[in-house]
Amino acid sequence: MWTPVILSLQVSALATICALPIAIWVAYILARKRFWGHGLLNGLVHLPLVLPPVVTGYLLLVVFGRQGAVGSLLYDLFGITLAFRWAGAALAAGIMGFPLMVRAIRLGYEAVDIGLEDAARTLGATEIGVFTRVTLPLISPAIIAGAVLGFAKALGEFGATITFVAAIPGQTQTIPSAIYAALQVPGQEGAVVWLVCVSIALAMGALVASEWLARRMVAK
Amino acid sequence: MIHVNVQKRLGEFTLDVAFDAPRGVTAIFGRSGSGKTTVVNIIAGLLAPDQGQISLSNRVLFDGITNLPTRRRKLGLVFQDARLFPHLTVAKNLTFGGTHDQGKIVDLLGLGGLMSRKPAGLSGGEKQRVALGRALMSNPDMLLLDEPLAALDTQRKAEILPYLERLRDDFGLPMIYVSHAMSEVARLANYLVVLEAGKVVRAGPLAEVLSHPVSVSLFGPRGAGAVIAATVAGHDLDDHLTRLSFDGGQISLPGHVGRLGQKLRVRVPAHDVILANQRPAQISARNVLPVKITAIGLGSGPGVAIGLMAGQTPLLARITQASLRDMDLTVGADIFAIIKATAVAPADAGR
Repeated sequence: MWTPVILSLQVSALATICALPIAIWVAYILARKRFWGHGLLNGLVHLPLVLPPVVTGYLLLVVFGRQGAVGSLLYDLFGITLAFRWAGAALAAGIMGFPLMVRAIRLGYEAVDIGLEDAARTLGATEIGVFTRVTLPLISPAIIAGAVLGFAKALGEFGATITFVAAIPGQTQTIPSAIYAALQVPGQEGAVVWLVCVSIALAMGALVASEWLARRMVAK
Repeated sequence: MIHVNVQKRLGEFTLDVAFDAPRGVTAIFGRSGSGKTTVVNIIAGLLAPDQGQISLSNRVLFDGITNLPTRRRKLGLVFQDARLFPHLTVAKNLTFGGTHDQGKIVDLLGLGGLMSRKPAGLSGGEKQRVALGRALMSNPDMLLLDEPLAALDTQRKAEILPYLERLRDDFGLPMIYVSHAMSEVARLANYLVVLEAGKVVRAGPLAEVLSHPVSVSLFGPRGAGAVIAATVAGHDLDDHLTRLSFDGGQISLPGHVGRLGQKLRVRVPAHDVILANQRPAQISARNVLPVKITAIGLGSGPGVAIGLMAGQTPLLARITQASLRDMDLTVGADIFAIIKATAVAPADAGR
């Protein structure tokens, strides 16, 4: 009964933790740098948002599957398999949530007064110091918002996950695919209601937690 | 002290600025859009010039080869909008760049009571004081002030100006002070650089530039006027006047200003100086000074700027062309200048 819930939390947590630093970095590049290929990178980041999730899952299978370009390399070098494993589910969930994180964090960067960064430079701060002491604290509410959005997206991710890692109970069957599976079998209404309630509770919990974190950041 | 010779193209605007300022307070004066802030940003390293040199007491900040990053220029910058870090307390803002002379600076600027507050809760004047303290604690070789008072009302300005004077006098910190307010410039600076459309139109010691007849066209009929370095010679308690002596005579100010022996700067607006061929008898104005005409600047309008010398002190008067003709004034003539005592407002009497 708890297995899909714990697995979903595990997958979503790993997806969020791994995707967040990359999202912070990519959002910085998109918000601050102007370069050839800016539009291309922006499109690439947003692709999972507009592509049918099944297509994303299929592409993941092609690239990260045992026979795939990256997948075979990962297996040969480190013995890592992603397809049909829970880590693969995290990869799918992370990629699906990534555009949401980048969008939220990018808005944060764009709201930061660049003049404050200049002020920090005149006070002797290095570029890394400017980022960690001024920019990062100022965008922390946006980072929290992005993380919550990404986490929620990961919890609900279905199409790409089921295509890439299937729905093996206890291994890759997250809450959405467990609900879907339970709906296919008569007499499983109890399990459906339970998982739906857990989903609602988790979503609410994430929202409340983010609100509380954002408040604490502002107060600090 | 500071040598600047830089060129920069920004779209339609071309900046081409060169000046050598001595130690002390150098004012960069000009209308908005004349390039003042651009010059400050270039000196601070926030904007790279297309070419040129910048050096500070023989330390090269920029030339064709060297381009020190902002953090290594050791320049404190105070912006018009304070730019305090909103996520940090006043105390953390102050020590962001260092803790040089912390106690002394907190005392001087009266920041002790603000330390645990956040910038959002400060008044405009308090913000600027914190910004000033923050720049000072980073132990700069020079302070750049980019219209630090422009966003404040008259009362707050009057509250900050004495702090700046103390920085100049007690700390001996070299400053570049950017402003379009002549009263601030006259109070603080000893060297003046006047910018117009990205070019230096005039540069030199403050008293010299302000008393030159050309200053009427530079600063407008209201802004032009000489600055006198005077010493408080006495207070007339019965008449509520303060007597000031300077090289060239004595003048009186209404009210009680300064302490006996204190050095004061007094600004005498050109339109408040009246000229007479003979020493006038029975006149209500208190200050009549014998002067010599050094220059006559004919402008395009009805006014004429007359450069005067009272002893070793240059003065500037603005009269009409008709008066010039009727009085038959010529360069070298000995005449009298009448300054209304009220014209020398105590508010304009800086240290």
